[in-house]
Amino acid sequence: MSQGTLYDKVWDRHKVTTLPNGQDQLFVGLHLIHEVTSPQAFGMLKERDQEVAFPERTHATVDHIVPTGNRDRPFEDEAAETMMAELEENLRGSGIDFSDPDSGNQGIVHVIGPEQGLTQPGMTIVCGDSHTSTHGAFGALAFGIGTSQIRDVLATGCVAMEKQKVRKIEVTGELGEGVTAKDVILTIIGELGTDGGVGHVYEYAGEAIEDLGMEGRMSICNMSIEGGARAGYVNPDETTYEWLKETDAFENAPEKFERLKPYWESIRTDDDAEYDDVVTIDGSAIEPTVTWGTTPGQTAGITEPIPDPDDLPEEDRDTAKRAQKHMRVEPGDTMEGYDIDVAFLGSCTNARLKDLREAAAFVEGREVDDDVRAMVVPGSQRVRDAAEAEGLDEIFTAAGFDWREPGCSMCLGMNDDQLEGDEASASSSNRNFVGRQGSKEGRTVLMSPIMVAAAAVTGEVTDVREMEEVATV
Amino acid sequence: MSTPEFSAGEAPAEKVTEVSGTGIPVRGNDIDTDQIIPARFLKVVTFDGLGQFAFFDQRFDDDDNEKDHPFNEEKYQGANVLVVNANFGCGSSREHAPQALMRWGIDALIGEGFAEIFAGNCLALGIPTVTADSETIQELQDWVDENPAGEIDIDVEAETVTYGDNEIDVTVDDAQRKALVEGVWDTTALMKSNAGAVRDKARELPYVEDAAIPDAE
Repeated sequence: MSQGTLYDKVWDRHKVTTLPNGQDQLFVGLHLIHEVTSPQAFGMLKERDQEVAFPERTHATVDHIVPTGNRDRPFEDEAAETMMAELEENLRGSGIDFSDPDSGNQGIVHVIGPEQGLTQPGMTIVCGDSHTSTHGAFGALAFGIGTSQIRDVLATGCVAMEKQKVRKIEVTGELGEGVTAKDVILTIIGELGTDGGVGHVYEYAGEAIEDLGMEGRMSICNMSIEGGARAGYVNPDETTYEWLKETDAFENAPEKFERLKPYWESIRTDDDAEYDDVVTIDGSAIEPTVTWGTTPGQTAGITEPIPDPDDLPEEDRDTAKRAQKHMRVEPGDTMEGYDIDVAFLGSCTNARLKDLREAAAFVEGREVDDDVRAMVVPGSQRVRDAAEAEGLDEIFTAAGFDWREPGCSMCLGMNDDQLEGDEASASSSNRNFVGRQGSKEGRTVLMSPIMVAAAAVTGEVTDVREMEEVATV
Repeated sequence: MSTPEFSAGEAPAEKVTEVSGTGIPVRGNDIDTDQIIPARFLKVVTFDGLGQFAFFDQRFDDDDNEKDHPFNEEKYQGANVLVVNANFGCGSSREHAPQALMRWGIDALIGEGFAEIFAGNCLALGIPTVTADSETIQELQDWVDENPAGEIDIDVEAETVTYGDNEIDVTVDDAQRKALVEGVWDTTALMKSNAGAVRDKARELPYVEDAAIPDAE
């Protein structure tokens, strides 16, 4: 059993009681909701004639299904319009704040929470979305929940959970040129497997993690779930506090910041904390990393060969064979030079301002390959506005990228942004499952935003280290 | 076992101590919830009717012709025990996945391993997710292949599965077993009864404003 970790402390601070079923009842500090997984929960609440217990600890937005092109109401997609209207109806008179498209604050739920300062260290944060682990970057205990649990949280302000083990993942050393947080997390999942984290929470630590900004930490925590860990976190530090100071929650409330800071400091993992497991990864050895298969654990450094399934552990062989057939890749080859048809820069993993800035630096003065359809889907309206203020939109559109409105978009293909037929995409998103981007034959290669930028320009998976950064944004 | 009925404000008292019925094997590791229910079927405001879309893209090609998949096979129609391999239900947290399986007719799952959010979602519906090692599961899958009408009995409390002449030991997560066996898996009702303690807990947290804490009912 772990002791003295942030996880243990935040758990204890939020534990109401142990339930008769053996689970712990935890108070939820922030409940984020969106249009796809909440309507059924509100329906169940109505059936039971119950009201939202803690509306002020709840915040809503639309991201999964909302169009990223024409957003005039009613939406052209009738199903999307129905879901949007349902959410609006559920929120009416509820006292729940709503970052809707008219507010200028709409965006992917895991982008808007941190940018508005809703996400804070030492909180418990839940949302009906598995990438809720993103918020762990701030030293929060954040995890995805199902719809029946959303009902629980709406009705009681609490969630029922079993305590898990804590695995510390220490990433040592300094990341190389062209290597980003995305490459770190793809490497971690590649090493520990897609179910390596089941039953665990991941604590990311070490020099390479501490050196990252909040955006990078969010990319890493975001994909904890792809490694089977429901939650992942980084201990809060000065980098965290600097970000928080700029948010709505604290920019005009320095006294509130000072009042809460001792709490944030108090929940940091103790120096003599005990973990259930510790894994060390050499950060300096990580290359730009991409997926070659159809799970986020099927990864390889850009210069590394795609593995022969027969060389893999027995339980991984069938999946690897099927994946290689689907992706049309051969063992022994590298992913460099793999032709792509679509470049997608977006998602809750990588659609923040820093991601767009870095990608733009490789795009400026270049053109998207003739055979590639490329799109940028900023993570939120604020990200989009800030990017436009810096002229990033012009860099992208001049190069041939489509500059779209914020949403989940082609990460999961619920709106019109989808792969067609057997198109291959270079994607900054988080899942390369078969069919994930909207087409059963579609092929997804996950990579960092700068690798997506490079692939968009060359039309194939490219080692970004061999390209020169042009812009000085 | 029947689908639980929720009545307003009350916990269903239903205990799920055992599940019996015929099996259906779906083979493969890392079967994610996008496979179980593709995202385009999530454009709904209720879970009703999701059963027909379970494994849709594995079952039908682009022209809606049936592909080879256990869920299409005549011999498995009416099955209620799904037998799967490792890391089943990984990926998206969508409860639509267990909802679709339940509405297709699945009452219990036996597998090598389940993703956590998926298993939690199953529990919220009163569906056991019991585990055994890889070899045991593959033997069971082979047996179900050959005996699609053969009865499988899952004893949640005793942590055993009986089929044919075999009885195998399985593992049921402690909290899951307790919740199912004692019929205390409606966590809303359980937690609602502690509203006073919840308010006290909220008051202790420095980041929760007093104004955000509801008055006692």
